[in-house]
Amino acid sequence: MTDLSNRKPETGAFFSRDRLWHPPGLTPGYKTSVLRSPQKALLSLDGTVSEITGPVFGHAMLGELDNDLIHNFAKPGESAIGERIIVHGRVLDERARPVAGALLEFWQANAGGRYRHKKESYLAPLDPNFGGCGRTITDEDGHYAFRTVKPGPYPWPNGVNDWRPAHIHFSVFGHGFAQRLITQMYFEGDPMIWKCPIVQTIPDRAAIEQLVAALDWGNTIPMDARAYKFDIVLRGRRSTLFENRMEGN
Amino acid sequence: MVQPLGTLKESASQTAGPYVHIGLTPNFSGITGVYESDLGATMVNDRTLGRRITITGRVLDGTGTPLKDALIEIWQADAAGLYNSPSELRGSADPNFSGWGRSATDGENGEYRFETVKPGRVPFRDGRLMAPHVSFWIVARGINLGLNTRLYFGDEAAANAEDPVLARIEHRVRVPTLIAAADGDSYRFDIHLQGEKETVFFDI
Repeated sequence: MTDLSNRKPETGAFFSRDRLWHPPGLTPGYKTSVLRSPQKALLSLDGTVSEITGPVFGHAMLGELDNDLIHNFAKPGESAIGERIIVHGRVLDERARPVAGALLEFWQANAGGRYRHKKESYLAPLDPNFGGCGRTITDEDGHYAFRTVKPGPYPWPNGVNDWRPAHIHFSVFGHGFAQRLITQMYFEGDPMIWKCPIVQTIPDRAAIEQLVAALDWGNTIPMDARAYKFDIVLRGRRSTLFENRMEGN
Repeated sequence: MVQPLGTLKESASQTAGPYVHIGLTPNFSGITGVYESDLGATMVNDRTLGRRITITGRVLDGTGTPLKDALIEIWQADAAGLYNSPSELRGSADPNFSGWGRSATDGENGEYRFETVKPGRVPFRDGRLMAPHVSFWIVARGINLGLNTRLYFGDEAAANAEDPVLARIEHRVRVPTLIAAADGDSYRFDIHLQGEKETVFFDI
């Protein structure tokens, strides 16, 4: 693990999480949350060294095809079937500063909405050239990019006729364990977004719209792949002015 | 009007879903050949300093049923009480200890497992030492925002008694939910998502 930046490491505690913006634990429209949500209040804890530190990953751990889902599971000379897209964007913090060296991991279904997972039984077929996982690390300016096929919507046993919108799951590490975040990216214009009980766990429409990637025509590669732009915002952190100075020090 | 703060809103969390393993532990889920090994599967090597320990347990829902699709990450100090992080300013952590691990719960019995070392003590914000602890982050289908908790060690009664975080738990009957049972070098830590034995979760 290496620090990718020459900047002085930041050690301030993180801004408190806005839990009216995030989904609450109990969201009965999403049935599995009913038995998996705590019923007692959370215990508030202003960040100690245990929360403001976190693992940092170096670019050296990445394989050449880690950010290319079209090819990283495909047989030599073959590629995954589906709408070829590039997903790119920046990881920023709440102060709008780039988060360099952030590890992003993503996973998704194939173009037909089928996941490569033993517990998945949807009748849409697997694509023999598509695994569905990838990862990358942001550069000095917080930029990332990967290429994949656009996932299909898929049905799930929640309501009688519930379907997930097309989505890509994102797991994000910032610089502190308290910044750890998993979210989902949706696609501009998908009417399924507004029917989904998982999307609707988020109470604020503006928070949902922040998870919808825009079609980025400017970065679309002619005759090859369309681009979608998806920025991710992690918690900001306080400056360390007047912090942690014990009396007498 | 006042000057704008210029701040952004954090991206809202969404559940990791039932297929989180595809992305975070692909080899565990049978997707081999993409990554050499699953990230966070190994925390120690032959040269890691400190006492080797094993942490195992399950995550249980409101009916007491173990989750077979949860994913747990832990973050902890090394044996000397230093974190392997650029934000650690007190000294250099053991280079042979990552401090971070990731384990999926078993698809059959719901058990998670970490091979690690017993962490040293680290200071609270005011400089008092906290008891040895391991930070946990739990995601799964049905969990909308990752849950944070801490494991403390059952064989550290004196340190636990003066821990400033444990001291803030008003309902003292809930303190034992954060204490792992010790059996030699093995520690068992079950996490109850809701109900009478509900684990204390933190807003960190």
